Amino acid sequence: MEKLRYERPVINKIKAGVPDKFGMKTKIQIMPELEGIPVKDILKEYGSPVFVLSENKIRETYQEAYRAFSSRYPKVQFAWSYKTNYLDAVCKIYHDEGSWAEVVSGFEYDKALANGISGSKILFNGPDKSDEDLLKAIENSSFIHIDHFDELYSIIRLTKNSGKKAKVAIRINMDTGIYPQWDRFGFNYENGEAWNAINRIMLSENMELVGLHTHIGTYIMSANAYAVAASKLAELAVRTNRKFNHNIKYIDMGGGFASKNTLKGAYLPGKDTCPSFDDYAEAITSALINSEIAPDNLPILFLETGRALIDEAGYILGTVLANKRLSNARRSTIVDVGVNMLFTSFWYDHEIYPAQECSLQTEDTAIYGPLCMNIDVLREAIQFPLLQKGDHFVIPRVGAYNMTQWMQFITLRPNILLIDKDKNIQIIREKETNEVFKRQERVPEHLK
Amino acid sequence: MKIKSNIAISDNGFVFDPNTGDSYNLNNTAAEILQMLKSGKNEQEIIKEFTGKYDVDETTFEQNLYDFLGMLGHYDLVEKEQTTY
Repeated sequence: MEKLRYERPVINKIKAGVPDKFGMKTKIQIMPELEGIPVKDILKEYGSPVFVLSENKIRETYQEAYRAFSSRYPKVQFAWSYKTNYLDAVCKIYHDEGSWAEVVSGFEYDKALANGISGSKILFNGPDKSDEDLLKAIENSSFIHIDHFDELYSIIRLTKNSGKKAKVAIRINMDTGIYPQWDRFGFNYENGEAWNAINRIMLSENMELVGLHTHIGTYIMSANAYAVAASKLAELAVRTNRKFNHNIKYIDMGGGFASKNTLKGAYLPGKDTCPSFDDYAEAITSALINSEIAPDNLPILFLETGRALIDEAGYILGTVLANKRLSNARRSTIVDVGVNMLFTSFWYDHEIYPAQECSLQTEDTAIYGPLCMNIDVLREAIQFPLLQKGDHFVIPRVGAYNMTQWMQFITLRPNILLIDKDKNIQIIREKETNEVFKRQERVPEHLK
Repeated sequence: MKIKSNIAISDNGFVFDPNTGDSYNLNNTAAEILQMLKSGKNEQEIIKEFTGKYDVDETTFEQNLYDFLGMLGHYDLVEKEQTTY
């Protein structure tokens, strides 16, 4: 006789608390496969945990975002935000779709060149650009987005010596009605510093002011803030034209679009509350088109959105290591994905889906990573199905920042896979080994 | 281990404790275990019966069973003197 399917026994106290007016899902969603490939097969072949990226999803999301803007505005150009995910394979997909590169360090700049992007299609942002970086950018006709006056004067000094004109934009921070107001990057709009910087550049013979750039914050849930920002940049472009008879070639609205992850402390899930690409596009393009910029001089609209483009395309697959009880008898589940590789669990309440069939039963569970560190918490409290040691799970929407901000801490970083256009699995970053670390270290002679 | 005599258990996995007024729900396996306990079966008998009927190995089930019995103790649904595990 065939044995019955087993589920571990569970007892849950019925709590008559404040009802949730939005109701609880009665069905637990499972994610047994990614693009038709069974999760258990992926884990068996490539080890657990493992990051998986979907090329199709990357391309679809990019095209959706591009369409949202290009259907509303005549000149749109995306620049891939390298810091969000600078795996070469990922960058090359974006470049293949037509994206330029947006970099914030010499390291990222060289990576972009190595990925086949010409220097004249690189936007160079950030507060840290060495003289060597700046010279390289000037030489390659890259667009240097100046962050502060020290950088501005460095460019004046360097161009005097090299004799080549630098193509520059300035980064501008401003009040767009959101909190927190990011004022640590660039020149402030309201106090006139941005206008001063524009004047200084326009009076220089060695710099050409080609663009105006802002990046109002991160995970911005109000599309209207972008409309305010675009209006302010347009106003500066008009003033520049009026005073110097000079047309600004592009306006760069930066990034900061929210992905569908749920921020910690948010009451409603991100996928229900975050603006769509269309919402952001409508706000930005309307503000530019309705500004006083003459229709013939409409600048190119640059976008550097990273998170909203890649988050959805990334998954991490893992395995349950253990179940135990906390002092108050709450369930805790230890999994092999920790905050060392899933850095974004400091920001988000990530969704976690079982990769195998399970019943409707759940327990109030705390989900911890494998690190022997108290901070290693994926979810403080989640109604989680009854997984056993060895069961698998999938955490979606992890494509942004995890594969750049992750740490080699306690455990080694795992494989990163790409499910390509033809549904083949490719390793795009090999898992680390002890050899990787040995190679970097040196033991002094007397300690050998 | 003995379930307190005044604890009410319905067939569909609903538990009521008249001492506290608290209610609990159980999944199918938990309800089955509780019924076995109520009918006087001991842990070893439950393990034998379960591993014969369900697709689970003895080690896994024993671990799950004692975790579950621990929760019955935590919710004070068992006679105190009997909780010797």
